Amino acid sequence: MSTLETSLQTSAEPLGRNELAQLVARDIAPGSFVNLGIGQPTQVSNYLTEEQNITLHTENGMLGMGPEAVGEEIDGDLINAGKIPVTELPGASYFHHADSFAIMRGGHLDICVLGAFQVSAGGDLANWHTGAPDAIPAVGGAMDLATGAKDVFVMMTLLTRDGVSKLVEQCTYPLTGVGCVTRVYTDKAVFLTGPDGVTVRETFGCTFEELQALVPLPLKPAVS
Amino acid sequence: MLTFIDTVGEAVAGIKDGSTIMIGGFGNAGQPFELIDALLDSGATDLTVVNNNAGQGDQGLALLIKEGRVRKMICSFPRQSDSWHFDAKYKAGEIELELVPQGNLAERIRAAGAGIGGFFTPTGYGTMLAEGKETRFLDGKWQVFETPIHADVALIKALKADGKGNLVYRKTARNFGPIMAAAAKHSIVQVSEIVPVGALDPENIVTPGIYVNSVVRVAGASASKEGQVA
Repeated sequence: MSTLETSLQTSAEPLGRNELAQLVARDIAPGSFVNLGIGQPTQVSNYLTEEQNITLHTENGMLGMGPEAVGEEIDGDLINAGKIPVTELPGASYFHHADSFAIMRGGHLDICVLGAFQVSAGGDLANWHTGAPDAIPAVGGAMDLATGAKDVFVMMTLLTRDGVSKLVEQCTYPLTGVGCVTRVYTDKAVFLTGPDGVTVRETFGCTFEELQALVPLPLKPAVS
Repeated sequence: MLTFIDTVGEAVAGIKDGSTIMIGGFGNAGQPFELIDALLDSGATDLTVVNNNAGQGDQGLALLIKEGRVRKMICSFPRQSDSWHFDAKYKAGEIELELVPQGNLAERIRAAGAGIGGFFTPTGYGTMLAEGKETRFLDGKWQVFETPIHADVALIKALKADGKGNLVYRKTARNFGPIMAAAAKHSIVQVSEIVPVGALDPENIVTPGIYVNSVVRVAGASASKEGQVA
């Protein structure tokens, strides 16, 4: 094992969900406009600091979204894209749906964080539909988010419950967007995706070689 | 012409069978429950409904679907934990679904109100929701041709209307209201309060009254007051 590849391992253990959310939060540049998808990506907001000065967008029509509402704060007219009651921060703004999606499609959002079923080597994303014949399809804003933000970060476990890699050569689930994912944060590694293939930025609880054995496509170690 | 109407029943009385109806709201925020209930009571059927979702729980749009009044849903996210009435109709093959990415849904509605004959958008390119649609490489990316969605009627909830039909909304309950008001031939708006002409600051009006045809006051119609949290 080379020194370079050993140095990629930044944690002795795989990351837990909260640690992963913390890592994503730390990687968001100060002053960014960010949309956090429903589910695990929402947890990222717990680790954003005041100093980062991040503005959160929610696609149902708001910038400057605050934390989840509790008790007296709960207001049925103030919800996020997951239909959870939230709060507004000073400087918040409201707008209608066409404006809200123009913010995305127009490339004004810096980062969008999404969950995924699969991500391909070329950055294709599958996260909206299993394609099962009896499943009722529902897409919401997933395709708009995947297509519009300057950077699309995916958060997921690297392996399915059956131990199969969700980072794949080609997605087998129906696509959400083509070539849109720029980074993949998983419990075992952070991957950078792009036209030059998949680069491993760091690994957690495994070496580069052990990681490569789990993922069915060629990986490159990041050169620091 | 703008008319102020006393009851939700009278407001929806002219809606014909087979109409396309836009219904505002994202989840329960901005959903005009009282107008939908009145539409249900009116007996209008064979409807095409445009909404982000396909009803939740046992109220509003969900009941319209349960009662078999909706022939087709145009929406982005029909499947929710409490969308059991839509789920049952869909699985029984008793309702048609046109699934549209949420931003394309919003822009198609906006296009109708703005007199746009169609537009190219990158959203959905290369996915099953763009199958069969014209594509072009424009501005450095592949884009999909989408067409406007028109409607006969829009049912909308706003916070206040003034005597000219100018509207202001409340927080994220605004969602589809402004674009649906513009896209439909006839917009019916329920508001919590009707205020005199001049009482709303012209700088703060969100929907100009030119897009509004009927206004009906429904007391206490904010989601928060009714506890209708999604």
